[in-house]
Amino acid sequence: MSEGHIRKSPAKFSIPRLSYRVWRVWRRNIDVFFKTVKVNFFPSLLEPMLYLFAFGFGLGGFIPNIAGQPYINFIAPALVAVAIMNGAFYECTFASFVRMYFQKTFDAIVATPVSVEEVVAGELLWGATRATINASIVLLVVAMAGLFTPVPLVSSPLFLLAVPLAFFGGLLFASIAMCFTAAASNIDFFNYPTFLFLTPMFFLCGTFFPLTSLPVAAQGLAMAVLPLTHVINATRALLVGTVEPILGLSTSTLLLVSSIWLVTATCFFFVLSINLMKKRLTS
Amino acid sequence: MMDMSSSEVLIEASGLTKKFGEFVAVDHIDFEVHRGECVGFLGPNGAGKTTTVRMMYCFLMPTSGVLKVAGLSVNTSCREIKALVGVAQQEDNLDPDFSVIKNLTVYARYFDIPKAEALKRAEELLRFFQLEEKRDVSIMALSTGMKRRLIFARALLNKPQILLLDEPTTGLDPQARHLVWDEVRLLKKQQVTVILTTHYMDEAQILCDRILIVDQGKIIEQGTPADLIKKHVGTEVLEMDYDQKLMPLLKEAFGEARMERLGERIQIFTDQPHGVFEGFLNEHKLQNVSIRNANIEDVFLKLTGRGLRET
Ligand SMILES: Nc1ncnc2c1ncn2[C@@H]1O[C@H](COP(=O)(O)OP(=O)(O)O)[C@@H](O)[C@H]1O
Ligand SMILES: [Mg+2]
Repeated sequence: MSEGHIRKSPAKFSIPRLSYRVWRVWRRNIDVFFKTVKVNFFPSLLEPMLYLFAFGFGLGGFIPNIAGQPYINFIAPALVAVAIMNGAFYECTFASFVRMYFQKTFDAIVATPVSVEEVVAGELLWGATRATINASIVLLVVAMAGLFTPVPLVSSPLFLLAVPLAFFGGLLFASIAMCFTAAASNIDFFNYPTFLFLTPMFFLCGTFFPLTSLPVAAQGLAMAVLPLTHVINATRALLVGTVEPILGLSTSTLLLVSSIWLVTATCFFFVLSINLMKKRLTS
Repeated sequence: MMDMSSSEVLIEASGLTKKFGEFVAVDHIDFEVHRGECVGFLGPNGAGKTTTVRMMYCFLMPTSGVLKVAGLSVNTSCREIKALVGVAQQEDNLDPDFSVIKNLTVYARYFDIPKAEALKRAEELLRFFQLEEKRDVSIMALSTGMKRRLIFARALLNKPQILLLDEPTTGLDPQARHLVWDEVRLLKKQQVTVILTTHYMDEAQILCDRILIVDQGKIIEQGTPADLIKKHVGTEVLEMDYDQKLMPLLKEAFGEARMERLGERIQIFTDQPHGVFEGFLNEHKLQNVSIRNANIEDVFLKLTGRGLRET
């Protein structure tokens, strides 16, 4: 084949080659965010406050201690994890789809030296950033609320590590979300992942009740395939210092398992989503 | 007209093909574009114009064949190619989340143009395209014509050597079209190479040094507008209402000339010097007659057997 000839098959699955231009795409999104910061920021403070208030203070009054802690201390770290999940997932499904499909923003950007892979990676990093912003807001609310609870909601300055955790956890959810976006033919499609993936995780990953109260098989399943379980393990460890003994494992073992799970899954879905999007956008 | 043989080939396609599944959108086309030329792809909707242009800036990968832009292969040198090329896409893909000026400055960032320089170029372009008053308004507040001009302006931010304009005037009123045409002429003077797609015959004829007529993924003819017209339809066209009784008269007067019946009208083409029709008209008093210069539309009609806008 002479130079200039094409590989017959469309681009194969590959590790994306990325440059600093990823951050140009990220910058575009953050510029839009700051333009609309009032609508983005303040309403998102309300939701975690409602959860803490309704479940923590309200419902919590009827619930005995869980693993030696008041109920509100059990759910507070989970709310941070849920904010990571929802922030990244929304951004890289609905919001990315609007930019890609309705606004044709990606089409405009790929006519510049920025590549398709970089556009998608920029979106993923932005999804992770959005998760970080949302989680930080919740973290702030939790820390403040902790001033009025019998046991503070954050046990040590380690809780600040939840901010970088939010970025990496956010990157995982953003990447998973982007895989759905690559497959979406219209915006209603996102009802499937929202109701079949997010909502079950919201209830079944040890958010509002301990995973340990479920059968061992269910615990195993949650550890094997539900990413939120691992993010909650990490936020629990950072905020209150202990994780419930899922599958009978100790806090440090769980933390190790969850870290490995998160890193592996993030790498896998990051690469997968970029490849799927590239296929969708260029063939 | 420029001397093609001595000038540098900037875009080169051979056997260029694009399939979507089994459907062949671009079918083994060959063409060359030289530096400083304005080349028009003229063809009906669905002919494959956009697909061809999209391959030139790596938006789509060719299925097979060779495509080189500025000597670089679209398979291996996308980044370099895209730095040299300015693209005004067919659809409106301005960023509705930003104001007019911010659309330009954000776009300049993708080309690594420093902030101060980007702002300077953006202001210049807004002036050039008569959009200064809209500088700070939202994209939503622009008319179709203004949006097209802003897309055109955005394509010039990186001072491209090659400009790809995909239907730059579709949907514009005559005034806005003329504004776009003026800008294309100005860029040609600055030796920018322009690729233009259109389904407007007059536009192709007026702006382009060379026209490639495309239909169903193939280039069916190419040449300068004047050569194409001369080769296929001649110099002048006589048009009148069709009337059975006139036919023998016409046959006698124009003998070999090609005649086409289009519904209730009849067209007679001649390659004779101007004036052959006048004599005939002086002899016979006819209603609804016109003599006009042959144009690209006649060429297209002859080559494809149908009008451009019917498809
Ligand atoms: N992404 C795509 N997938 C499938 N078919 C396509 C795609 N893009 C274009 N086509 C088809 O290819 C043909 C040529 O399209 P296009 O290049 O847009 O034509 P033009 O710009 O001349 O109107 C059309 O029949 C169109 O429907
Ligand atoms: Mg088109």
